[in-house]
Amino acid sequence: MNMPFYVAPEQLMKDRADFAQKGIARGRSLVAVEYDAGVLLCAENPSRNLRKVSEIYDRMAFAGVGRYNEYDQLRIAGIRHADMKGFTYSRDDVDAQALANQYAQMLGQIFTHETKPLEVEILVVAVGFDTDGDRMFHIRYDGSVTDENGFAALGGSAEAIRDRLETTHTADADMAASLNVAVKALSGDDRVLTPNEIEVAVLERLDGGRCFRRFENGEIADLLA
Amino acid sequence: MTLPTFNPSDDPGPSFSGLLDRLGHNRMFENAENENSLEITHGTTVVAAKFADGVIIAGDRRATSGNLISHRNMQKVFEADKWSGVAIAGAAGPAIEMVKLFQLQLQHYEKVEGHALSLEGKANQLSQMLRNHLPAAMAGMVVVPLFAGFDRRRGFGRLFAYDVTGGRYEEEDFVASGSGSLFARTVIKMGYKATNDHDTAVDLMIKALFTAADDDSATGGPDSMRGIYPIVASITSDGYTELDESDIANRFERVLAEFAEGGSQS
Repeated sequence: MNMPFYVAPEQLMKDRADFAQKGIARGRSLVAVEYDAGVLLCAENPSRNLRKVSEIYDRMAFAGVGRYNEYDQLRIAGIRHADMKGFTYSRDDVDAQALANQYAQMLGQIFTHETKPLEVEILVVAVGFDTDGDRMFHIRYDGSVTDENGFAALGGSAEAIRDRLETTHTADADMAASLNVAVKALSGDDRVLTPNEIEVAVLERLDGGRCFRRFENGEIADLLA
Repeated sequence: MTLPTFNPSDDPGPSFSGLLDRLGHNRMFENAENENSLEITHGTTVVAAKFADGVIIAGDRRATSGNLISHRNMQKVFEADKWSGVAIAGAAGPAIEMVKLFQLQLQHYEKVEGHALSLEGKANQLSQMLRNHLPAAMAGMVVVPLFAGFDRRRGFGRLFAYDVTGGRYEEEDFVASGSGSLFARTVIKMGYKATNDHDTAVDLMIKALFTAADDDSATGGPDSMRGIYPIVASITSDGYTELDESDIANRFERVLAEFAEGGSQS
């Protein structure tokens, strides 16, 4: 009878984490920044069809980096969760924290129990009726959740982007200024990102209804000009 | 409430009602029987007509239970999504539930797929919902909606009428549904022109609803004492817009004065 090799749990977890991190580092990054009238999401993404940023509910958005098919599954599960909850209770009862916890549970479960962890990092963003109500939950491949404040960066070069945002981001800038800050943070100093290479959406601080709005190439160019 | 995930073979895709089925949510009124002929709250007259820039959709505010008025400010005209509206006549409870599910269905599809359904796709969705509702309709809970929207691909407004079996009929000019529909339809017929501008089309709907209220006891007229007026919305290339209540009140006043001048209508 074959005896399976003993692998220490520390090693097992480390191998899985390394695997997931490598997968995420291969993809491009994204940022979310608060501005004077909501939250702006900006992703480096040359595709107009394979979106990284999308709408979940009236005041909630989703952003993901890493493997497209994996975070897209999570996105759809999130929409289903939110719509189910709004249908069963009320539209007011759909909240970002519950969804973030659900994502964390699912990612944690897959990380420890499945053959392969998901190679994704996701962000659940909610815009409040005032700045105190804004939420950003950053959920990693292993299910760990961080509550981000003011801005968030996801993806391979997130550390460097976060450092840049630390000095340049202000929550009371207008939309165009914030977009410029976000794009500079994504690109760094030694390259320039054109409107065709980025995907931009905002959650506007409206009094009601759907706050998510996606920008087309022309609008992005106007804002960046 | 957990995250709903499915095997690829069992995935409901962008359908919200498919999701409800998979999650085992009991759909209302599925095995309805109304042997005791319970008094059911009914909503009444709704109308829709095309005009030069799109479609106007409107409805009165009264709900009745038998000979009693049960609600004076019921909403029967709803925004289905940015480019379409739905108006309902018939059993109020199931009708409102149907609208809620319809709105969700359209929005859910749009979010999952990343783009909205075509106008015809939306009209067909409503048709399917009515077909599912047929057992309840047989038990007396009849729901008859109107669906109107702006077809962005073709660049004009379109109108759809339904029957209880889910039959879908595209109308070329105008349509009315509910107890007062006979009167309303006749009024629209007299003043209808495909080239009517927005104001003329809105006034025509106001006249139609007023006449329906005048001759049908289940249709509510303008209620200036409580400040309750029919809901009128237009759907054009700019999307769905509900008219201001004060605007509608003024129009009613004008129309009433016009009628009074021409001698009382019996």
